[in-house]
Amino acid sequence: MSANDRELHDRSMTELTAGLDSGEFTAVELTRSLLDRIARFGDQLNAFITVTADEALAAAERADKARATGDGGALNGLPIVHKDIFCTRGVKTTCGSRMLENFISPYDATVVAKLSNAGAVVLGKSNMDEFAMGSSNETSYYGPVKNPWDLSCSPGGSSGGSAAAVAARLAPAATGTDTGGSIRQPAALTGTVGIKPTYGRVSRYGMIAFASSLDQAGVITRTAEDAARMLAVMAGFDERDSTSIDQPVPDYVGGLGKSISGLRVGIVRQHFDAGLDPHCAKSIRESIAVLESQGAKAVEVDLPNLDLSVPTYYVVAPAECSSNLSRFDGVRFGHRADNADDLLDLYCRSRGEGFGDEVKRRIMTGTYVLSAGYYDAYYLKAQQVRHLIADDFKKAFANVDVIAGPTAPTPAFKLGDKIDDPITMYLNDIYTIGANLAGLPGMSVPCGFVDGLPVGLHLVGPHFAEETLLRCAHNYQQQTDWHDACPEDFK
Amino acid sequence: MRSGWEVVIGLEVHTQLATQSKIFSGAPTAYGAEPNTQACLVDLGYPGVLPVLNEEVVHMATMFGLAVNATVAPRSVFARKNYFYPDLPKGYQISQFELPIVEHGELFIGAADEQKRIGITRAHLEEDAGKSIHEGLDQSSGIDLNRAGTPLLEIVSEPDLRSAKEAVAYMRKIHTIVRYLGISDGNMQEGSFRCDANVSVRPAGQEELGTRAELKNLNSFRFVEKAINFEIDRQIDLIEDGGKVVQETRLYDSDKDETRSMRSKEEANDYRYFPDPDLLPIEISPEFIEAVRKQLPELPAAKQCRFVEQYDLKAEDADLLTGSRALADFYEAAAAATDAPAQLVANWVMGDLSGALNRDGLEIAESKVSAVDLAGLLMRIHDQTISGKIAKQVFEAMWGGDGTADTVIEAKGLKQITDSSAIEAAVDKVIAANPGQVAEYKAGKDKLIGFFVGRVMQETKGQANPGQVNKILKDKLGN
Repeated sequence: MSANDRELHDRSMTELTAGLDSGEFTAVELTRSLLDRIARFGDQLNAFITVTADEALAAAERADKARATGDGGALNGLPIVHKDIFCTRGVKTTCGSRMLENFISPYDATVVAKLSNAGAVVLGKSNMDEFAMGSSNETSYYGPVKNPWDLSCSPGGSSGGSAAAVAARLAPAATGTDTGGSIRQPAALTGTVGIKPTYGRVSRYGMIAFASSLDQAGVITRTAEDAARMLAVMAGFDERDSTSIDQPVPDYVGGLGKSISGLRVGIVRQHFDAGLDPHCAKSIRESIAVLESQGAKAVEVDLPNLDLSVPTYYVVAPAECSSNLSRFDGVRFGHRADNADDLLDLYCRSRGEGFGDEVKRRIMTGTYVLSAGYYDAYYLKAQQVRHLIADDFKKAFANVDVIAGPTAPTPAFKLGDKIDDPITMYLNDIYTIGANLAGLPGMSVPCGFVDGLPVGLHLVGPHFAEETLLRCAHNYQQQTDWHDACPEDFK
Repeated sequence: MRSGWEVVIGLEVHTQLATQSKIFSGAPTAYGAEPNTQACLVDLGYPGVLPVLNEEVVHMATMFGLAVNATVAPRSVFARKNYFYPDLPKGYQISQFELPIVEHGELFIGAADEQKRIGITRAHLEEDAGKSIHEGLDQSSGIDLNRAGTPLLEIVSEPDLRSAKEAVAYMRKIHTIVRYLGISDGNMQEGSFRCDANVSVRPAGQEELGTRAELKNLNSFRFVEKAINFEIDRQIDLIEDGGKVVQETRLYDSDKDETRSMRSKEEANDYRYFPDPDLLPIEISPEFIEAVRKQLPELPAAKQCRFVEQYDLKAEDADLLTGSRALADFYEAAAAATDAPAQLVANWVMGDLSGALNRDGLEIAESKVSAVDLAGLLMRIHDQTISGKIAKQVFEAMWGGDGTADTVIEAKGLKQITDSSAIEAAVDKVIAANPGQVAEYKAGKDKLIGFFVGRVMQETKGQANPGQVNKILKDKLGN
């Protein structure tokens, strides 16, 4: 099927750009058609917290004018969605929390500004787990997002709204953030492409912090090529973020066509332990075979401390979040309890009312592990283990160019199934968390279905190997059509 | 000092660094603006914002480290100090904890012959908090975040101080150094320079330290001395009465001249320090340190030695004149512009000039008589155009805006009479008018010479050269 035969909502960013360039349709028409779909499907999926229809149409008009004069940026007129964790000037930014129910950001996040400057049209803000703490989107104050492949299932989280919107063809691309797998796991569970770049590759300025040493902005799309287009705009040094890295951004799109012949693909022994659903395991092995058919070489590697990644993460991330979320005190912005008796009452009730259970659980865990007398046993120990895990990857990457494996242990699970069992929920991120702890780039690519639900292939590379991941994923998508599958109810 | 007891004091001096903008944001640091007009989104701790280090503070901390002969850490780390307070927007203060930027320094207090070394444990960078406002707000409190994010260098001494006087001497020394370096304006009224004091007492000869109390927020040298002395007495009284000092934080009330408990150790916050993941460690190369060392100004101790050698001044005078860089510069400029003896210049700078500045509440930089004009005045003393006494009169006129010394002398006709015949005439007149005193003098009452000199000076309106008057009088009285 050629691009021209496809509905607008089914086209990739590359195809849409061609249509806009040729005058087949305008950015305003494209934006209208997607806003119509959002109006039609939005409630079923609960993927959006805010739809910015007026702003989107105004931006689309500007994009059309810019295109007419040849001034358009790299993403001119292309509709996107922002995870509601990114501050957007003049627009509500809730972070999935009651705490920020009425918070209108006075400024744009760097990622938001860069994408807008490139001409992208923002359709709205997507639903997410509260403060990005969750793997199912069920911790959102605004209700869970539904998986377009089965509305009784979770789309994963925390970037569940972004993943569901892209999977349901409500937008070709959405931003996300990934602290332990929050881009890659929902991408896997919704049959979309999700990439979390190297820590420091994309600015964190304006992205509401969960765990600062792990948070990284990325993108969810349907193709690796579109991910490359988005990332090319988002990546780069930002003087407002001291942890962003001053290193040139490679030509991600230009590098896609290169062969993967000779690419050494690491297969991690520990990935295929009992925790992995056998049907998923089969899809993963088959997809590795596809890579091998393109000349890649599979090499077995070890990540001996893999099983320590979840416990390590659940010390480091809560520790940082307990401090990061202290600013939500009801004094200057966000939820403020009525009629406080005194300062302590104002704090306790503003925070008690503003935060949900999972956020409170992590704040308490984090406060505990940083407390005098426990710091060495928990926080310091976790930092040491973090180094061990990073070293494991370093050793593995001495012999391979990329590691391939499952993104999540199972396909999408039912809403309600795990929400009362935090430990089982946390284990959903066992394959993704390592990349965050080590600051490595990771990516999920659709690689099959189990009982009608998508499965994701997880690729991890050394620092700044985004180009390799994108090339590998693009090559794979040239050989497969999992990413073209559209959930039946959203065609 | 109460006998049988030894006092142990350590100071934490908080110095506001004189940067244009805040330590982690671009907002200005100027004092006295309307509340919340100098706080940007970073200072307000808005969701999503991040701190970016103002490199200038690293330079300033390095200067301080070198000035107190300390180690400037090749790698230091910012940490978060977590606690809730309305004037602390993020719910944590960015400070340094385990790895401060400066460690193991020292300075010396006391006169040249009995100097005492005071160790400086560390100096670390941190951001200041905002302040709460209670006045004029009915039933509520306001928050002014202008000060939030202002850069501070917290300088922590070893517990080497043994009296309130030593504590003040140490604090003054730090004050002088930071102002010499130009890294702080040292303005205590505005809170740019303040300290906390850890005070404990122990029976003389005991090795083990007593339990300490921390006195908070002492913002003048006088209060430091009074608060520590009050606290020493309180602790000794307590122990002598059979009680025990508890470890606690106490606040000094300058109105009542007493310290009172703020919170005990049990109530103390657990600050849950951990390295701030938003900021990279500060890395300082040996090259950077050497470059900073080359730019260091001459420091007070070195300047004092040089003044003694170069100008042949007394050590106390050199100490006083080098108390601030501006005063020392003024002195040197004046000394260079006159042939008058350096000690005379010193006497005038420390005497009449300092007196006039104090009287008018002016800083040396605001002096109404410039160094060059002062030198011009001293030149006229030196070349005997006027006497020292007349010079004081001329100085006051200059201070009042009547022009240079020469203009004033000319306009008021104050030129000294050195013409011997004129002085002789005056002497003759005085001798003729006071036969009784002349007789007494001749009979051996030498002291009367002062009387005659006085009368002659009166006769010449103070303009006669006193040396000549003396000489001529003695000749004429024949003794």
